[in-house]
Amino acid sequence: MNELLLIVAIAGERVALPAAAVESVVELETLTPVPRAPQHVAGLSALRSRVLTVIDCMRSLELGDTDCSDGIREAAVIELDGHHYALIVDQVEDVVEALSEPVAVRAAMEPGWERVAQGMVETEQGPLLLIDVTALIAGPDVRAAA
Amino acid sequence: MDDLIADFVAECREMLEALGGEIVAWEAQPDDRARLDSIFRFVHTVKGNCGFFEFPRLEALSHAAEDALADVRAGRRHADGSLVSAVLAVIDRIGEMVAAIEAGEEMPAGDDSALIASLEPGAEGPAAVPAAVTNMEGASKASAAPRTIRLSVELLDRVMSTVSDMVLARNELARRLRESASDVPVDGAFERLSSIIAEMRDAITRTRMQRIENLFVGLPRMVRDLSAELGKQVLVDIEGGDVELDREMIEMIRDPLTHIIRNAVDHGIELPADRLKLGKREIGVLAVSARQSGNQILIGIHDDGRGIDGKKLVEKAVASGAVAKDDAAQLSHREQLALIFEAGLSTAKQVTSISGRGVGMDVVRSNIERIGGIVEVDSRLGEGTRMTLRVPLTLTIIPALTVSIAGHHFAIPRSAIEEIVRANGESVTLENLGGAGVATIRGRRVPAVSLASILGIASDVEEQDRTLVVLRPAGGDVYALSVDRIHDHEELVVKPAAPAIMATSLYAGTTLADDGSPILLMDPAGIAEVGGIKLETLERAARIAEAPAAPVSKETPVLLFRGLDGGRRALRLAVVDRIEVVDASAVKEAAGQLRVQVGDTILPLAGASAVDIGDEKVRLFRLNDGAQEMGYAFAEVIDFAAIEHEIIHAERPGEVSGVSLVNDQPAELIDAHWLFANHVGSAAQAGEPLVCRLPEDDPWMQNMLRPIVEAAGYRVVGGDDTTAADLVIVSRDAEVTTGESSRTIRLRPEPEAAGKKDESIYRYDRAGLLMALKSASGGKGR
Repeated sequence: MNELLLIVAIAGERVALPAAAVESVVELETLTPVPRAPQHVAGLSALRSRVLTVIDCMRSLELGDTDCSDGIREAAVIELDGHHYALIVDQVEDVVEALSEPVAVRAAMEPGWERVAQGMVETEQGPLLLIDVTALIAGPDVRAAA
Repeated sequence: MDDLIADFVAECREMLEALGGEIVAWEAQPDDRARLDSIFRFVHTVKGNCGFFEFPRLEALSHAAEDALADVRAGRRHADGSLVSAVLAVIDRIGEMVAAIEAGEEMPAGDDSALIASLEPGAEGPAAVPAAVTNMEGASKASAAPRTIRLSVELLDRVMSTVSDMVLARNELARRLRESASDVPVDGAFERLSSIIAEMRDAITRTRMQRIENLFVGLPRMVRDLSAELGKQVLVDIEGGDVELDREMIEMIRDPLTHIIRNAVDHGIELPADRLKLGKREIGVLAVSARQSGNQILIGIHDDGRGIDGKKLVEKAVASGAVAKDDAAQLSHREQLALIFEAGLSTAKQVTSISGRGVGMDVVRSNIERIGGIVEVDSRLGEGTRMTLRVPLTLTIIPALTVSIAGHHFAIPRSAIEEIVRANGESVTLENLGGAGVATIRGRRVPAVSLASILGIASDVEEQDRTLVVLRPAGGDVYALSVDRIHDHEELVVKPAAPAIMATSLYAGTTLADDGSPILLMDPAGIAEVGGIKLETLERAARIAEAPAAPVSKETPVLLFRGLDGGRRALRLAVVDRIEVVDASAVKEAAGQLRVQVGDTILPLAGASAVDIGDEKVRLFRLNDGAQEMGYAFAEVIDFAAIEHEIIHAERPGEVSGVSLVNDQPAELIDAHWLFANHVGSAAQAGEPLVCRLPEDDPWMQNMLRPIVEAAGYRVVGGDDTTAADLVIVSRDAEVTTGESSRTIRLRPEPEAAGKKDESIYRYDRAGLLMALKSASGGKGR
């Protein structure tokens, strides 16, 4: 059976997250900022008595800021190494089946995308960029240092 | 039937667990009736149940142990080491069998007659068991250990998360209720629901917590067995068992802790004979302690054994190729010790069954690091080793104070908070020195930082209106943190934050406040570091760690000075407490020697005769031998110097012990020992207490004066007592019965003397009184 993918929109672009990694999709209401934390950490939020570390995908991709002022944001909740993260996305669209293994994109991408992309996968809705959530959560700084 | 057996097994297990410590305590104090009773109760319970279930082997064993213990209880037999060991062996065997029953296995075949026989020696005659048994029946039920059941942690987690959801739902409901029209009965019912939920949440949160005692309770037994096997004597000292730790964390620490303790007993503590040779007590001490420090739990294991030889470790490490030779020479003491955590290194000369196979400390470290902890080692050769496990307090409930900066809430662990003061309070001032904040709190200056500036948040609260939280981070020095507002004390369940957040080193974790919103827990040590506070203690600790590496100077530091007679003298720096300047009138010849009054105390004075003391100020060294003080008068201090040259010793003991070249000129070395021996020693030897007579009918003398007189070493008697008194204190105008060869101190109520002949002392002239008391006692001494 082929891998399921969650299609989300980040920075206006439709990309795929591995659905197995996504625990749930939530709407974030409040956001507690974390002073001095890396840029891409938008803050903390609570979900069912768990603390979520909210990642601003726009900043993680160095594509600008997500405007959080209007309140409710959609986010994908992901568990990584025992910590729960919420990735802020523009929109959660659909779940589709991957029709191929990820293959390398041979054209030059923007550096932010380049860092988090696992490759290109074929779906019924056409080719989509598969995102490595670990890299997305790690953000630009950590990646640059490594 | 199966249920009954399960109950029996559970009961046995509980009692076995509780018993571990009891037996060792009993061995140390064989006449401790309470311990004996609880052990007896155990074997008795087992025996009673076995008869019912038909476990013949168990029954025979417990019966034999019960007989032996009943003899001890009845006073027919003394509990000696061999009996304790035999009882222990029996209890262990019972434990094995119980485990077999629990697993549903066949009762293993085996012969217990040897065990039973080992209980025998010393037993005389048939025991009066039935009588003892009937006595114990009631007590056994009354003081049974609390019943427990086993639960999987996942189930607990699920319950906990459900309860937390419930809290959130309650909060939601509370908001809705506030918005709608209020209805008193509904509000009342809601309040009740709220308090029940709060209680439940509290209880559930605590289910995951366990006192670290559960980990410590087995240690005395383990150490006892180990030391018996190795022929050593070890005393276990356990402290801090009431520190609470997450259940899982306790399980993770169990193996590393066991390993460290085995190492300490096996390699650390020497054999009794060797210890005696080294001038140590025969019995080694192994101290295990736990305490919470900020966001960590510290578990210390300290032994007073032979310590770790850093050089040997380095040699080994070089030989095994773990460390390059060039690097090895540059290792500090601390780094040398840290080599024990390298795989495959062990300084043990021989491999024993207990430890020393070279696997171990590296595993210990990796296990501790896996749960986010640190292992530290400190050791001095010949003096002992201290291992410290620092483990994070994830999921530990910690009391915290919530504060806020411009609407952002943060929590600060209460354990680190020393006090809270208002920045504009009466005894508090806040100053800026070159951009650095300094708070003066009741005369104490502490560095101050603003949480707002550390976090980069703009605060609209004026600096003077903020509140200062005085913090003392673990192992650090005090500093003040200014915040906008203080909110509440809360008990918080802390969880580690995501790595990216922890990397700021400002936060110790995250938690959910009662309203369900996330709160960050600040790390006081991290704030200090980011805020640029220099923590003296930390630096000092670093210095201490490096100090042993520096070559110890053979030079003796001395204070070079000129005496009142112009002589060039030197005094060892260590005995000089400080330099005092007093009026010449404070020096008086009393009781055969010069004494000087410094503040409220009177010290014997050396280095001068009455003639040398002019009318001006007198400068003197205040010398201290650790217990007593004396003064030494001098004219001027020349320099601090060191004795590098040979000392030519004086022929006769005296004030000057010898002569040496100091700064290329000869100087007399003052013999501090002789000074103390001749000036202080005689007065200090109290011998028979001196007797002082005080008028009994004078309430002022009895209530105010008597404590002072007694403190000066006198025995106080009343006016009618016929004991010959060494000193009589009366008011100025009182009649004194002559005939007593004692001194008399007369006290007057007014400060001014009545005339030239008036030798009385003003009764609130404390120093004058003390001087008189001292000289009276000095007179007796001569």
